[in-house]
Amino acid sequence: MPKLNRRQLHDQAIRRRSLVISSASLFAVCAGLVLLVPMAPGWTAVKNSFFNWDVLVKTFPKLLSAFVVDLKIFLWSAPLIFVLSLAIALARNTRRPALFPLRLFGALYTDVLRGVPVILLVYLIGFGIPGLGLPRPYNSPYIWGTVALVLGYSAYVAEVFRAGIESVHASQSAAARSLGLSESATMRYVVLPQAIRRQIPALMNFVIALLKDVALLSFIGPIEILRQANVYKSLMANFTPYVGAAIIFLCVTIPVTRYADYLLARQRRERSV
Amino acid sequence: MYKLRLKSVSKSFGSTRVINNLSLEVETGEMVCLIGASGSGKSTLLRCINLLEPVDHGEIWLDDFDIAEPALDPDPIRKRIGLVFQSFNLFPHLSVLENITLAPCKVNGKSKKDAQDHAIELLERFGLADKAGTYPDHLSGGQQQRVAIVRTLAMQPELLLLDEITSALDPELVGEVLDVVRTLKAQQMTMVLATHEMAFAREAADRVCFLDHGSVVEIASPDQLFTQPAEARTREFLARLLAER
Amino acid sequence: MKSVNPWGAVSLLSAVLMLGPVSAFGACADGNTLHDGRLTIATGNPAYAPWVMDDDPASGNGFEAAVAYAVADAMGFDAGAVDWVRTSFDEAIQPGEKNFDFNLQQYSINADREKVVDFSAPYYTTAVAVVVKEGSEAQNVEPTGSALRKLRFGAAAGTTSQTFLSSVVMPEQDLLLYDDNANVIAAISANQIDALVFDLPSALFATAVQIDGGKIVGQFPVEASIEPDNFGLLMAEGSALKACVDEAITALKESGKLAEIESQWLGDGAGVPLIDLEK
Repeated sequence: MPKLNRRQLHDQAIRRRSLVISSASLFAVCAGLVLLVPMAPGWTAVKNSFFNWDVLVKTFPKLLSAFVVDLKIFLWSAPLIFVLSLAIALARNTRRPALFPLRLFGALYTDVLRGVPVILLVYLIGFGIPGLGLPRPYNSPYIWGTVALVLGYSAYVAEVFRAGIESVHASQSAAARSLGLSESATMRYVVLPQAIRRQIPALMNFVIALLKDVALLSFIGPIEILRQANVYKSLMANFTPYVGAAIIFLCVTIPVTRYADYLLARQRRERSV
Repeated sequence: MYKLRLKSVSKSFGSTRVINNLSLEVETGEMVCLIGASGSGKSTLLRCINLLEPVDHGEIWLDDFDIAEPALDPDPIRKRIGLVFQSFNLFPHLSVLENITLAPCKVNGKSKKDAQDHAIELLERFGLADKAGTYPDHLSGGQQQRVAIVRTLAMQPELLLLDEITSALDPELVGEVLDVVRTLKAQQMTMVLATHEMAFAREAADRVCFLDHGSVVEIASPDQLFTQPAEARTREFLARLLAER
Repeated sequence: MKSVNPWGAVSLLSAVLMLGPVSAFGACADGNTLHDGRLTIATGNPAYAPWVMDDDPASGNGFEAAVAYAVADAMGFDAGAVDWVRTSFDEAIQPGEKNFDFNLQQYSINADREKVVDFSAPYYTTAVAVVVKEGSEAQNVEPTGSALRKLRFGAAAGTTSQTFLSSVVMPEQDLLLYDDNANVIAAISANQIDALVFDLPSALFATAVQIDGGKIVGQFPVEASIEPDNFGLLMAEGSALKACVDEAITALKESGKLAEIESQWLGDGAGVPLIDLEK
């Protein structure tokens, strides 16, 4: 082992000490939870209602297969949201007078749809539009539920894109335009790539939020994981299926979050943007 | 033969008149240096010539076209005029090679292969061949500015506008960038260069133009302007510069 | 304390006078309710007709509202001693203290639920009925198992109707499930489902009032269910009140009072055809 200099020895001592402190405090907190919570008078009842192993084992497989429905809805909604919100952001960004109505529409769209809870959109669009008398399969709750999600989320994500576009300094556009790139080519090759890259953390938050909000479609019929858990909860008068659903969600959302952080760190290392 | 002729050009931002009835001619193969205090309109003038800023009045003739005509599509004109910025403005999300090949591919419709071959040739010529795959943020300021010049040259401009290209650089990096300009001058590139580097202007320029409040005060050969300025305002400006040293 | 404070004696006396009706209590409820001398009854929020009319249980109108007052009366609480609270299903089953003495909102008694809460003796047994909409493709569907299996069904999630549908009828297409009957009705009105299943009284009410052109195809024979759909009053697990409530319901059944309330508010399903699951 190479001999350490004074500074390195000092740093090492500090690292060791903080490691000891942090593991001790972690241990204390965990021990506190494990020992104290079961001493609460209602613990047995809570354990039976929320952490019932038998119920979990019985319901987990079907919860898992219901989660596939959520994933499907997510997988077709996310690209639609990406495209629509980008279009809205570009519409709001346009400076040409002829496109003013488009800009106005973009502003109205984001104002109105951001002001309405997504769950209300799901209800209003999911029941309302099919109620106009569309024939099947065009009145499917999957279609209109997706429309509601896409409309609601695009309003938020469009603002993320717009903030990203505005964060790219005007000198970047000037450089691109001076090379002869048209306005649209400048947007596409110079501004947007930088804007999107900068907004990846915010976009990832929306990806995770969407993954969870897909469950809102359960209100208009589809039996996805939240509804399946809800059915089990009613039939068994037990909340454990909800805990099972939460575990399944976490199995997906935690890796996604970690992956996003990893991407971001790597990008920072490579390009220090 | 004139490459560029400005006739009575004016430009205001709000109520501030930045370019005031300015006229200037640049011959093909000539290098004109613009000098003047900060805010004298040098940068704005270059941006106007490149059509990044529309002028309010006057004409800008490139060869025998008035490019200030508002009805013209500026994009095909811009690609004939290169503009290099004080702050380099490289695209941080693209590698050096991608920075250089973007416009040739997207504007001139060159194949990727052709554009890359040309880019690498240019990089070699300016001693940057080993940087092709690097991202701008990993380059020194001098290297970034040289890449920015190469990026502009890749479009094979007929006229090169250089806007304070050494002002953002540490003093020890200025030389390498000015060397590039010397090389271009040797190749008869038509250039208009806004600069604070008086020594360089005196050494390299064909003519030096002193701007004040958006107008040309005096334009002359470097020897004449720096040693026997005709105008009192030019003398004051030069005297102030000497005093600051 | 040696000397008797005369004011103390007066207030004691007045307290006895105010608590006068105490003597009328069925002794079993005494001291076992949430608040002494009062009976706290919970129902859904909102409560639906025909179980509670106009979402106003205190009016005593509607089957469950009437049953609640009848049970209260049998337990020795007059109408003035009844307090109403509202709970969701989840609040009713969550662990911890309950804020009601009993809760009625068409809770079906089943074995899993019995592990967590107590149910009274059943106060109503219902059949499950299928409703379609006139003008839809399903309007003339035969009341047979094979015909019904081809329809797209909707139901309220976690209800006995839903279990019945998935375990006995077994339709070919995926079920669509909703939070409550109101949303199922919205779905059939929007033509997103061909048919819905409700308990018979809800189906009768829905077709009469809530669904434009709603029509009952038929009811399933009660014996087809794995468990008969019995509604019970829900109480906290181990409630001391259970014996008392059961006694009251038994008394109401024997006196014919329960049947009377039933025919007043639920009508009868005598005219509704039986569905032949074998066909």
